[in-house]
Amino acid sequence: MTALEHALKELKDDVILMWIMVEAQLEAAHKAMLEYDQDLAREVMQKEKRINAYELKIDEQCEDILARYQPVAVDLRFLLAVLKINANLERTADIADGIARYVIDAPTPFEPALLQSTHLLDMYTQSLTMLSDTRIAFQREDTALARSIFQRDEIIDAYNLQALDIVCAHLQEGKASIRQELLVLSIIRKLERVGDQAKNLAEEIIFYVEAKVLKHHSKQEG
Amino acid sequence: MERPVLEVRHFHAWFGNHEVVRDVNLSLQRHKVIAIMGPSGCGKTTFLRCINRMHELAPDARTQGEILLEGENIYQMSPIMLRLRVGMVFQRPNPFPHLTIYENVLAGYLLNNIALSRTEKDAIVEDSLRKAALWNEVKDNLRKKGSFLSGGQQQRLCIARAIAMKPDILLLDEPTSALDPISTAGIEELTQELKKNYTLILVTHNMQQAARVSDDTAFFYMGELVEFAPTRQMFTAPKDQRTQNYITGRFS
Repeated sequence: MTALEHALKELKDDVILMWIMVEAQLEAAHKAMLEYDQDLAREVMQKEKRINAYELKIDEQCEDILARYQPVAVDLRFLLAVLKINANLERTADIADGIARYVIDAPTPFEPALLQSTHLLDMYTQSLTMLSDTRIAFQREDTALARSIFQRDEIIDAYNLQALDIVCAHLQEGKASIRQELLVLSIIRKLERVGDQAKNLAEEIIFYVEAKVLKHHSKQEG
Repeated sequence: MERPVLEVRHFHAWFGNHEVVRDVNLSLQRHKVIAIMGPSGCGKTTFLRCINRMHELAPDARTQGEILLEGENIYQMSPIMLRLRVGMVFQRPNPFPHLTIYENVLAGYLLNNIALSRTEKDAIVEDSLRKAALWNEVKDNLRKKGSFLSGGQQQRLCIARAIAMKPDILLLDEPTSALDPISTAGIEELTQELKKNYTLILVTHNMQQAARVSDDTAFFYMGELVEFAPTRQMFTAPKDQRTQNYITGRFS
């Protein structure tokens, strides 16, 4: 194995570790929300600093490889993709941090019926699966799995569009806490952004493996 | 599309029974820098030497196929006339040591007994040295020997000597391999100026140099032209696995 191959393998391992850490953050925020566990929510906020530090570490590794080895072709695409993937993962961790903050802001546990009727639980499950599937796609260079993300993001987008009407209906019925309804709507908005980040991650995986740029194009064309 | 300056059709080259260039087909547009890269023994330098018919000077050398310069078959031209239109710069700077800088620039005319007036000579020397980015450094020492110059200056003098003949094409065979990084950067910068007037074909072992200076890149492997593409595409998304393996250093 050449020094460059060794450095790229180490980088890939670190990106996968970052991915796992971000997934764990999103899962922990999910658990904190479901169980109204504010200590766990605070833990998510604490761990956000570790994610930020890891993002910087990966950026530095990329800089080092660019400066020392001037990679080309698939290696260059990998590095360019990693730079964007790293930023996307950090933003996803920010979203987990945001959800944890809503848990801390909530004065009472979230109503299970509200989580169900707004499809928040479905969205959360879908978001977590999409994030872990992008990691698997990255690990295995599986662009078919990466492409499956695009359709799943549309489902998340559809839930997001419905959410406002559902929350308005609840408020009109006057049977819900306004604060809780607004917090749930905010979490739904955050999860919609997780879907967007997963889509961005999938685009970068396809760019790296197939040298195809899907950004700003119809996904059917790719 | 404009007619290519050089068109290569089903071209082969041999040393004895050893086929070193196999069935190359290539079309080069003018005013570009074209890099030819590939591992040692891939046929890239032989191919370059075929373009100005220097290959046939070697014993047992032969060729098959066509190379057209501006639509004219080079094997139906006089080699001397061809070499006036296709200049060559070699790995090691090789100014004529016994000639002055002034005479070195005019060497092509002197060796071919082409008569020039004093005014024409002065104009060619100044124009060629300016195009080779050497004029300002040597204008007060034109009567000194070329060997008095630094390595990078000597190589620019060789470029000036080649372009003094107003060629269509300039062949550069690893022109910076004997130079330090600063002189190398100077020659690389010069290629970008020269391509405004000429078409440059550059053989290089240095892939980063090919990436930096060329518009199009050809990758040769075992005598075969594996891939020819715009340089940006070659270094970001090569089509052939052999190209990818070579440029990423995974060649076995």
